[in-house]
Amino acid sequence: MRKHFSEYIEQNLADRDDFVFVTGDLGYAALENVARKMGDRFINAGVAEQNMIGVAAGMASQGFQVMCYSIAPFVVYRCLEQMRNDVCFHNLPVYIVGNGGGYGYGIMGSSHHAIEDIATLSGLPNIQCYVPAFVDDMRGCIGIMTERRRPAYLRLGLGKNAPEGMRQNEGGGVLVNETAPGLTIVSMGPVTNNMLAALNDHPHRTEIDVFICNAFPLIALSQEMLTSIIASKNVLVIEEHISVGGLGGAVSLLINELGLPLNKFISLHAEGYPNGLYGNQGYHQQLSGLDEGNILKVINSYF
Amino acid sequence: MDYKLLQGKLRNNILKMHYGANSGHIGCSLSCIDIMTAILKFKAEGDTFILSKGHAATALYTILHETGAIPVEDLSTFYKNATTLPAHPAPLKYAAIPFATGSLGHGLPLAAGIAKAAKLKKEDKLSFVLMSDGETNEGTSWEAGHFAVSNKLDNLIAFIDRNGLQGFGNTQDILGDTAAPKLWEAMGFEVVEADGHDIGKLLEAWQALATRKNGKPKMIVARTVKGKGIRYMEDRMEWHYLPMTEAQYAEAQLDLQVNYGI
Repeated sequence: MRKHFSEYIEQNLADRDDFVFVTGDLGYAALENVARKMGDRFINAGVAEQNMIGVAAGMASQGFQVMCYSIAPFVVYRCLEQMRNDVCFHNLPVYIVGNGGGYGYGIMGSSHHAIEDIATLSGLPNIQCYVPAFVDDMRGCIGIMTERRRPAYLRLGLGKNAPEGMRQNEGGGVLVNETAPGLTIVSMGPVTNNMLAALNDHPHRTEIDVFICNAFPLIALSQEMLTSIIASKNVLVIEEHISVGGLGGAVSLLINELGLPLNKFISLHAEGYPNGLYGNQGYHQQLSGLDEGNILKVINSYF
Repeated sequence: MDYKLLQGKLRNNILKMHYGANSGHIGCSLSCIDIMTAILKFKAEGDTFILSKGHAATALYTILHETGAIPVEDLSTFYKNATTLPAHPAPLKYAAIPFATGSLGHGLPLAAGIAKAAKLKKEDKLSFVLMSDGETNEGTSWEAGHFAVSNKLDNLIAFIDRNGLQGFGNTQDILGDTAAPKLWEAMGFEVVEADGHDIGKLLEAWQALATRKNGKPKMIVARTVKGKGIRYMEDRMEWHYLPMTEAQYAEAQLDLQVNYGI
């Protein structure tokens, strides 16, 4: 998504006088055109992420919208207090953009992964976290972020296009069938692609509704999702994020608060580093059961 | 101009708030009230000020009351339930307090961001920030310092309240003198030292620095005494924490009469 992100900024935001882009010394072979186009409103704040967020809050207090870019873990964990105290407490339009969410940086290792980012940030006041699953979705999320002009986090990942037939509902993409569902799948982020691959030519495809959530914290289930869950009584949640503070916990809480009866609820999520070994993104997804093969197996267990 | 009476009056108000609330952080406020007076009584309307050492909140509240930014009825709620004036400044309550502080090391990055915004907008505004000397232990102070130098923020005026004491000891004995003028000068700041209890000298110092549009961020390292003006508090670490007893409050008021003629 990084390339598409950069193109979107260049084409839609770079010309705006009230828009500032700050990078934590990253963006090689991606942000050069943005830098060229924005001139002095493109700032390299160096390898100093905490200061980057403080400076961004200072600029935002003076009327700018400020986007801060880095690798996801660096801009999420290192600057948590700056996000909380400087940005979120003051409800300022500072948007942090983390590239390579989840296990996106693969063999780069655990320092470069962000599998607790939504748990870390989404409880802060005034913030909205966006996890687009597809390139189009990312454009939409940035549009909402800049319209909203409040604290935000954008997690970038694999940049595939949305599947045919998907439409946008409040809070994300929807693939719903005409027939009564036997299973409701709720997912987050680009790992959705693994699930969609598992659904390809699936014999029960017409009995499975899919909801792809992109905005967190998840404070309500859409009417459409509710209707599907009430009908199917079966829920599968898929996310490249730990179970604590992620999508599964939020969906479970909302279902329980409404007292909806379920037959089965399975959460597939990032398991961390269960064997203490490292590999590419696919390797880590597989260890967590987030690969196409395991997702297919889990889906089949509902039928 | 003689500021003695004003200094005494503001100190008296600080003591009154702390005594009424039975709260600590008295020494911290008495250490930097003169610096804040030199800034907030005289800065232009568009200039901004951030109290980075948020634990000196009573000094901030007192001087902002003096300038008309905080009404007297609010002051009487200090430290009580349902107040807009907690022990460290709260967010989004007063236009004159642009940022809530209390965790150290936030003020210089914020002030640098404000200064940078003014540069981008080509506005002739000053961005003031007051830090403690202990606070310069924080890495963000150094990150922000380098940012200010590399971005040529000569509209940033940082003050350090250098009273030589921090949370649990002398600054010199803990991480060394991270507020040393030569360190900040070596980084690229234009640094001057001043008596942190001489309002006239402090004012003169920042007004002179403000005219120097040479691309260098400014710093005034203000030599101060923690608990200044109250003999039994002066240079004593415990007055970072302790509230006053009735007898101590009475003694403190006597000191103000002797030292400031109020």
